[in-house]
Amino acid sequence: MARRDVAIVATAQRPNQVGSTLTSVELILPVINEVIEKLGIERQKIGFWCHGSCDYMSGQPFSFVAAVDAIGAWPPIIESHVEGDGALALYEAWVKIQTGECDVALVFSNGKTTSGPIDRILNLQADPYMVTPLWPGFDSLSALQARACLDSNVLTEADMAEVAARSYRDALNNPIAYAKENVTAEQLLARPYVTAPLRAHDCGVPVDGANAVVLAAGDAARGLAERPAWIRGIDHRIDTQRLGARSMTESFSTAVAAHKAGVGDDRIDVAELHAPYTHQEILLRRAMNLGEGTHINPSGGALVSNPAMAAGLARFAEAAESVFSGSADRVLAHCTSGPMLQQNLVCVMEGE
Amino acid sequence: MSEADGIMRLRQPISVTYNWSAGPNATSHLNGLLAGTLIGKRCPSCSLVYFPPRNGVCPKCARVLGDDVVVGPRGTITTFCVVNVPFLGQKIKLPYVAAQILLDGADISMQHLIQECEAGDVRIGMRVEPVWKDRSEWGPSLENIAHFRPTGEPDRDMGVEAGAS
Amino acid sequence: MADLCAVVGVGQTKHASCRADVSIAGLVREAVDRALADANIGIDDVDAIVIGKAPDPLEGVAMPELWLADALAAHGKPVFRVHTAGSVGGSTAIVAAQHVMAGIHGTVLTIGFEKQSDGNAMWALSVPIPFGMPVHAGAGGYFSPIVRGYIKRSGAPSHVGAMVAVKDRTNACRNPYAHLHEPDWTLEKALESPMMWDPIRFVETCPSSDGAMALVLMSEERADKHAGPKAWVHATAMRSEPTAFAGREQVSPRAGEMCAEDLWRKGGITNPAKEIDVAEIYVPFAWFEPMWLENLGFASRNEGWRWVEDGITDIGGALPVNPSGGVMSTNPIGASGMLRFGEAAMQVMGKAGEHQIDGARKAIGHAYGGGSQFFAMWLVSNGKP
Repeated sequence: MARRDVAIVATAQRPNQVGSTLTSVELILPVINEVIEKLGIERQKIGFWCHGSCDYMSGQPFSFVAAVDAIGAWPPIIESHVEGDGALALYEAWVKIQTGECDVALVFSNGKTTSGPIDRILNLQADPYMVTPLWPGFDSLSALQARACLDSNVLTEADMAEVAARSYRDALNNPIAYAKENVTAEQLLARPYVTAPLRAHDCGVPVDGANAVVLAAGDAARGLAERPAWIRGIDHRIDTQRLGARSMTESFSTAVAAHKAGVGDDRIDVAELHAPYTHQEILLRRAMNLGEGTHINPSGGALVSNPAMAAGLARFAEAAESVFSGSADRVLAHCTSGPMLQQNLVCVMEGE
Repeated sequence: MSEADGIMRLRQPISVTYNWSAGPNATSHLNGLLAGTLIGKRCPSCSLVYFPPRNGVCPKCARVLGDDVVVGPRGTITTFCVVNVPFLGQKIKLPYVAAQILLDGADISMQHLIQECEAGDVRIGMRVEPVWKDRSEWGPSLENIAHFRPTGEPDRDMGVEAGAS
Repeated sequence: MADLCAVVGVGQTKHASCRADVSIAGLVREAVDRALADANIGIDDVDAIVIGKAPDPLEGVAMPELWLADALAAHGKPVFRVHTAGSVGGSTAIVAAQHVMAGIHGTVLTIGFEKQSDGNAMWALSVPIPFGMPVHAGAGGYFSPIVRGYIKRSGAPSHVGAMVAVKDRTNACRNPYAHLHEPDWTLEKALESPMMWDPIRFVETCPSSDGAMALVLMSEERADKHAGPKAWVHATAMRSEPTAFAGREQVSPRAGEMCAEDLWRKGGITNPAKEIDVAEIYVPFAWFEPMWLENLGFASRNEGWRWVEDGITDIGGALPVNPSGGVMSTNPIGASGMLRFGEAAMQVMGKAGEHQIDGARKAIGHAYGGGSQFFAMWLVSNGKP
């Protein structure tokens, strides 16, 4: 479907932290400058900029407008913004490059989840008439999903703890990960429930983060990176949000997006899945038929650092870096949005 | 469907509490306000002085602002409007003049109130100075300045700059 | 390299200050159903949906496209959300068109909406920020000093804003969907309208509306097989610049000029004033009509107000501006830009009804947002490029 070869050629992520006192502009500016410096290009070479963020997380309408200050948008630039994860901004940039209007695009996102009650804020994504007034909270909605999965024997609490233990252990090797611990599933299962059947380790840790990724087409990409991460397929799909109308034990939209992105065409070495809850990683793996040969979330994933609205783009950065380093040849990056894995974006990238 | 048919609109107030950060680059500016001094910051790249140091960065150069620069306290009105519309959260009596003021030594104007003169006498180029509230009411905010008032100096010719920030 | 894209269906809601008869979903679906009917296709024929709206706190729903997936029968489809402040309706249509131009989808539904009565727009547009000085008063308080700058620079007489207001309110009476239907305005009466944000009079401001606009876009391959009038997208352009920096020109922002230059270049337009038949321009305060006429390159610097005085922008003038009544008569913020884009398409499709400009072949839709810093434009025609 894609007519132009487009690749990620550089990434920058700031260390994830809790309780940052930086403004969104101060969060973003260093990663934008870092990714441009890595490439050694003039700012004016960037033909399109796209930003992902959420007004309700900043507590201010039009909060993204200030982010233009971090770009150096003078002379004026071609720029857009999505209300959502930076991974969706990456999708818009990929579309833009496909039209032939530009060759190099910079995508960035910021998520300051600790400046407000994120569980309550994300609740505002639900049906405003029937669900939000009940204020179930995002964790509770996910707990409903986990309970459904447990009761229908799709997974066990031990499976969920295994996901957490692996993520926390892998995070020990990731300098920008926030939560990390040398721990076993057995040890985790001995810990108390937070929102049953979810324990603390089952829920992604809300952190403050920002990241930037540069996309480039064809020869421009080859000139900018030694081993670009070529996007071979990318697609996103949405499920109904209605709680009683969708299966809680599978992710239909992920399966469709993965099929469209060509996930099953060959083996996947590394999959960076945006799973803010342990059971959701298992649902995603099942929806995409990811087997033993695929290393899931070597970064530790969104479970150990979940800067909402930046956590999806972080998966792209991590997956691309594993191609840059040569440690993987064919990788998958995924981003989810909405309650209980409602919307899913899947991308397959390859080294040459 | 209408209220007459018994279908009512649902009123659902939403309350979310945030911790707002001014950011470390605004610290000297806010400390200045606590001490009654107007402190802006100079861009290390283009040398222009920003007051307030908006988000701590120069939007043109995408650089973190550098040295502190004391500006004002007097300034010149670059443009203004007379506000006659009440709106939620407004703390000032109507009508009032909201003006863009270019403080001496700054390169970008800031918005503040003009009082102690008739709204009809306010003009582009008028020289103004701050009137501070009682020190007991001060906090880290530009609200420490109650308003600006005319100094009586001759107007500055703002020329083609009128209306620009 | 890019494919061609055509608008084959346009649908909008009846706009009103409070559409208490519908939910947010019902409002959106009203526009969608009209657009689908206009295109003579069903919702199952849609490959992807691109939605735009202004800040979520206007209604109190975060990322409402997620919840609206049900109302849009989007299960299993791509739904994409754009948010670029006031320009969002325009940029959303552009992002949707790019999905077609890139060859990714053949039929794309795009929607801009706002249900401002569900929240408090004045509050949402002026949330006081800690440490600052809350002297502003909504969008009018922000833009009025800029208008004053224009009046001083151009030497425009003070009645020009009122003239634009009377024209747009009168035009709106020909548009059954417009929010304000106020046929009795005269210049004399308008000049007596109270000053809200001096120099902006009450009559020179836009209303706050509930409303939605939806467009059906198709690839050339599909549009060629599709019966009915089409608006071919000849060019799209977007530009952004920071809100405030030292020395920034706010009356005629550089981003707007560059955006227009890019649009004219891509569309092969060398003399916009001659070649464009009708313009739907984002004018939330009447004075912005002359300002944007200059910024877009129609009128020369400081001459835009003369176009208004001379009736050039009237229906029947050489360049009718906002025959629909424009933002001055209908302003559901997140839809306002797409209303401009959609009305431009309706003109070249010959579907504008009572406010149709005879023989319109080329039209532009224009939107802007933030502190006059985000611009989105498109050029449409009844013929292929």
